[in-house]
Amino acid sequence: MSAKKVKEKKGLNKYPRTLLEQFYRTMLTIRSFDKKVEEKFLAGEIPGFVHLYIGEEAIAAGVISNLSREDYIQSTHRGHGHTIAKGADLKRMMAEIFGKKEGYCKGKGGSMHIADLSIGMLGANGVVGGGFNIATGAALATKMQGKNNVSVVFFGDGASNRGTFHEAANMAAVWDLPVLFVCENNQYASTTPYMTTTSVENIADRAAGYGMPGVIVDGNDIFAVYEESQKLIDRARRGEGPSLLECKTYRVKGHYVGDPERYRTKEEVDKVCESNDPIDRFECTVLDGKLFSREELDAIKASAGKEVEKALEFARNAEEPEISELFAGVYA
Amino acid sequence: MREITFSQATLEAMDEEMTRDERVFVMGEDIARQGGIFGQFKGLPDKFGKDRVKDTPISETAIVGAAIGAALTGMRPVADMHFADFMGVCMDEIFNQMAKIHYMFGGQRSVPMVLRAPDGLINQAAAQHSQSIEAWFMHIPGLKVVIPSNPADAKGLLKSAIRDDSPVIYFEHKALFNTRGAVPDGEVLSPIGKAKVAREGSDVTLVSYSHCMGLSLKAADILAGEDVSVECIDLRTISPIDKETILASVAKTTRLVIAHEAVKQGGVGAEISAIVAEEGIDFLDAPIVRVGAPFTPVPFARPLEQAYRVTPEKIAEAIRGLF
Repeated sequence: MSAKKVKEKKGLNKYPRTLLEQFYRTMLTIRSFDKKVEEKFLAGEIPGFVHLYIGEEAIAAGVISNLSREDYIQSTHRGHGHTIAKGADLKRMMAEIFGKKEGYCKGKGGSMHIADLSIGMLGANGVVGGGFNIATGAALATKMQGKNNVSVVFFGDGASNRGTFHEAANMAAVWDLPVLFVCENNQYASTTPYMTTTSVENIADRAAGYGMPGVIVDGNDIFAVYEESQKLIDRARRGEGPSLLECKTYRVKGHYVGDPERYRTKEEVDKVCESNDPIDRFECTVLDGKLFSREELDAIKASAGKEVEKALEFARNAEEPEISELFAGVYA
Repeated sequence: MREITFSQATLEAMDEEMTRDERVFVMGEDIARQGGIFGQFKGLPDKFGKDRVKDTPISETAIVGAAIGAALTGMRPVADMHFADFMGVCMDEIFNQMAKIHYMFGGQRSVPMVLRAPDGLINQAAAQHSQSIEAWFMHIPGLKVVIPSNPADAKGLLKSAIRDDSPVIYFEHKALFNTRGAVPDGEVLSPIGKAKVAREGSDVTLVSYSHCMGLSLKAADILAGEDVSVECIDLRTISPIDKETILASVAKTTRLVIAHEAVKQGGVGAEISAIVAEEGIDFLDAPIVRVGAPFTPVPFARPLEQAYRVTPEKIAEAIRGLF
């Protein structure tokens, strides 16, 4: 088996309008949320470390549109996008990022540790590659419980160099577990360019080593991401085991907010922003196809922005945790 | 009362808990077809099937990580570490994921799982198959660490660990598997976080656990012949530690010795010494003494390993120095 490349798909008539609207709203909500987080971090309102998903929205929105509430996702340190796409409450997310009592983790996690177990979001993870095996375990539980849910683990190109990836891929494959490994190959592992630290041209090539399909898509084309992930998710639901989807994308922001980005030029980044933005590409496609008018798109954009504003207000006004919370929950 | 081996006691615990709760399953290397390298899983796959008694790849990271994922999604996994020494392979899963998820996610979901970790010296297994590493884990908030010394507690603590909603590390000393002891019929549950006075005495408190507990009781026998009355405390749980039982005993005896097989530096004995120094210094009529292994890796050759070991005589000698 070798990784196969999938070209951008046209033929949008098969997409229900509600699904297209969901794609757009999800991507815009993520974009708007992370822009707000960036702004407030730089203004000194948000503490800790934050990692932005800007420019990679089509992957979370496209893959997760194929999942139900009962399916599981496992996210990364760059996790806001996956969490939003899975249907998390923006207010509780923002409150967590602000370290407030009403946050998802009562202010004890922060940006890198947001989870919402009630919607199958098994958690962001501060350790690169920390989520692979947790996702495998959720898939194992699903199988033992006789359910047909799937477990999707998002990871970066850098994480595919962790041993955790290789152990999880082998275990998922040898036990035919319903796992989809979604690589967001954004070309940078923290500050190091992909090819300087990775032995293969495509992460999807590594799937062959574990006897599972490896598929490459243009990660900034939401239609391609949606359609290819759907095939692999359906395959997992049928009990045919795990697979790997590599989404080629680009990290337009630094590794973290505040990254001086000494490792690349501004021109390199600008080129992607101008020509390969996933939201711009979606807009062009649906406008060209006359599926939405500019006004309709603007209305969706305004409403997504408003939800993020509300989340920000909620987080700012939320209370700080009481000191007693420090001692609560060390044990279950 | 009937006597069974430590290994049989753990097997009974697994059998009873897997029968009681279908969410309980066990996975690890060599446990289904082989029955565990110490025979501690023998017969389980026949009764519960190879889906609930799973042979895994040699992938400790995947074993512990998958157990965490399964625990988060409705199962109650038991993961066998083969040798406690191999926990180094999967430390991120243990201390950054398993231990922290409940707290870090604001208590959204517990991680009810058990890591079984065969530890300690046996058969000159040398530096990477002989260690006692329990102290590492008492430094990590969120983990419970239990360490039985006899078959009754082997059964009782394993059952309690499986029922606990927090992640529990269960250290089982390899040299104990074939030892015999009384185990009551019927339900046996040992409380986690509670030490036991294994032998009452009035002159000195001797705290120990695991295989070294038996050595400590032998030391107490030796000293009884010298008119020294030793109170032996079996710690049973390393974390959360039962300070009350230790302090109450030291208040009575006014002397404290801690003995364990692990290296003395940075060990459980250091923590207990600090607790008593902070909270019970006025009780003491003599300095606190620790007995543990020297600060070296476990050596292979017989005389070297013998020199490394804590023995009843070494413990007795340490206690004699207090009078």
